Amino acid sequence: MILFILKRLLFVIPTLFAVSIVAFAIIQLPPGDYLTTLMADWASQGGAVEAGTVAAMRERYGLDQPIYVQYYKWMAGILTRGDFGISFELGQPVTNLIWNRLGFSFLLAFLTLCFVWALAIPIGILSAVRQYSITDYSATFMAFFFLAVPDFVLALVAMYVWSTYFGQSVGGLFSAQYIDAPWSWGKFLDFVNHVWLPVFVIGIGSLAALVRIMRANLLDELSKPYVTTARAKGMSEFELLIRYPVRLALNPLISTLGWILPAVISGEIIVSVVMSLPTTGPLLLRALLAQDMYLAGTLILLISVLTVIGTLISDILLAIADPRIRYQ
Amino acid sequence: MTDIQHLPPAAGVPAPTTSPRKGDIAVAGQWTLFWLKFKKHRLALVSLFVVLFLYLVAAFADFIAPLDPNATNATFTYAPPTPIGLFIDGSFAPHVEGLSMTLNQDSMRREFAVDPENPVRIGLFVPSQPYRLLGFIPMQTKLFGALEPGPRSAVYLFGADRLGRDIFSRVVHGAKISLSIGLVGVFLSLVLGVVIGGISGFFGGTVDLVIQRFIEFLRSIPTIPLWMGLAAAIPVGWPPIQTYFVITLIVSLIGWTSLAREVRGKFLSLRNEDFVVAARLDGMSEIGIILKHLVPSFMSHIIATLTLAIPTMILAETALSFLGIGLQPPIISWGVLLQEAQNIRAVSQAPWLLFTPAAAIVIAVLSLNFLGDGLRDAADPYESHS
Repeated sequence: MILFILKRLLFVIPTLFAVSIVAFAIIQLPPGDYLTTLMADWASQGGAVEAGTVAAMRERYGLDQPIYVQYYKWMAGILTRGDFGISFELGQPVTNLIWNRLGFSFLLAFLTLCFVWALAIPIGILSAVRQYSITDYSATFMAFFFLAVPDFVLALVAMYVWSTYFGQSVGGLFSAQYIDAPWSWGKFLDFVNHVWLPVFVIGIGSLAALVRIMRANLLDELSKPYVTTARAKGMSEFELLIRYPVRLALNPLISTLGWILPAVISGEIIVSVVMSLPTTGPLLLRALLAQDMYLAGTLILLISVLTVIGTLISDILLAIADPRIRYQ
Repeated sequence: MTDIQHLPPAAGVPAPTTSPRKGDIAVAGQWTLFWLKFKKHRLALVSLFVVLFLYLVAAFADFIAPLDPNATNATFTYAPPTPIGLFIDGSFAPHVEGLSMTLNQDSMRREFAVDPENPVRIGLFVPSQPYRLLGFIPMQTKLFGALEPGPRSAVYLFGADRLGRDIFSRVVHGAKISLSIGLVGVFLSLVLGVVIGGISGFFGGTVDLVIQRFIEFLRSIPTIPLWMGLAAAIPVGWPPIQTYFVITLIVSLIGWTSLAREVRGKFLSLRNEDFVVAARLDGMSEIGIILKHLVPSFMSHIIATLTLAIPTMILAETALSFLGIGLQPPIISWGVLLQEAQNIRAVSQAPWLLFTPAAAIVIAVLSLNFLGDGLRDAADPYESHS
């Protein structure tokens, strides 16, 4: 077991390195840099820019150096001092801007995963045990339908329904009076009141996929001879179901965590933009549009790194749950 | 596919009424078996026709759309959808209800009411401004439209947007871009996936290990931030056609990985099949074996995987364009249309801005998914899924 964990940990290091390269490459891609954008802005407002000022800023941010030096400086700052650089647009260190939003992003992702799993397993079981019943058909139909609706469209529809039929505006994670308030019971209730809709919108697509997988897995198990044997011995249907086939059918489901997590994070980002949630999504979009490269790069880097770590944890959980994985 | 004689007689035999005689199954070619199995999947068969219909609409968008998708009309800002009626006073006269507009002085909004006095007569094959169908056939006829065109007689089947542009025409034209991005992207994925997956599966060993780790890496990072980063790098001033191809490239960047895995898996499982070994012993070159024996034997799997990849690409393009970093407004795609629906106030005033393009996307993705499922089941003619 320890050997397995060590092996996985070792494998994560090159992955993290590759992630950092990709993040850095992305922020280097646009022609020009933030200063070019800034100068264009100034020029469009009629202000002349002195060449000396620009050169000084270029030097200060290390923009005049070759790319690999810039990469090295960026990574060295992150690894040694936790310094992710500075947001040009907002004039603040990136660190001040991101942690709160990253926290909400991953809280939202975690809640969504809980929601997806808590519903996918019972619905999948019901769908398999009552195969070709009305329950099964409606579950299947809903699954296909929600797989086809893009999550941001669902978010828009939810907001439309709320504002038209309930006269409420949807958006954000808190009501206005709680946004800057310290955590309290009231704020928590307010949070729960706001968070369930985004969780539902982000999770429903993955839920649909998981219900299909759970149903297929369980159907495979249910037709095996050991189920018939247990039934012949007089075991009650419910006990029989929970004790053996469901447990076996759950294992492949755990392994889907590896792609559910990236999917949920992706969904969270785009849904957050639509519903203006205080997570990484809106900040990332704004940073990308303004070519605020260190902010954008840091967000992409951290989102990917945390996803890789989440996948690692799910791999380890899978190894704990299923000994066959450990000894491969 | 060489061991057809081992086929148990029951497998793959469809219902006797629609099938050829039993003897034919034993000698039926791969594609015949594929079609026989596919035909039994009703939903997939229906989806096949829906998909063909959608692509036909996209190809003949200029002919089908009654109005120029970019033509604005200040009179009909946010005009509601007008259903088609067939009879006026008991006689056959296809028409849409006329609209009368009043300005609500309180909310300062235009309000439209149905005006039963002035129905707009419509007809098939009405004359129009000259245009070029498929880019080269000069035409002066549209599929349908108002019989007496004029500023007051507009046909807005699905309503109009904030500039009075016809949503129906825009959705039809959007199909051109949105559906073709799926096809072009899938083609790019196909090339990447088959080449890289083929190398990985055929050579095995270290090459395989490196490529597999790389694919795992690509799949482990969330796609939306990656796509957003890449798409935001496209300069705003680029010509539309260039943006279109770069967006397609970005979207297929992830799509090829699942295809590469599929191809690799097939290579690994087929590499030591009897017919491959036989070909090798016959002195056939490796490239020859790949092209002549391996590729044909998993062609049906590739087609199924490709079909299932199209909807993901359509959804990706839609998401990027919706965020404003994909295709930009002079181009019309379903994602660009949804950009208009970003403003929830506009949507509550004119819900058709959201629901028409959304319905188009859902129908396209659903039918492509069902079609892909059917193709995947049919690709294994000797196994019974279900």
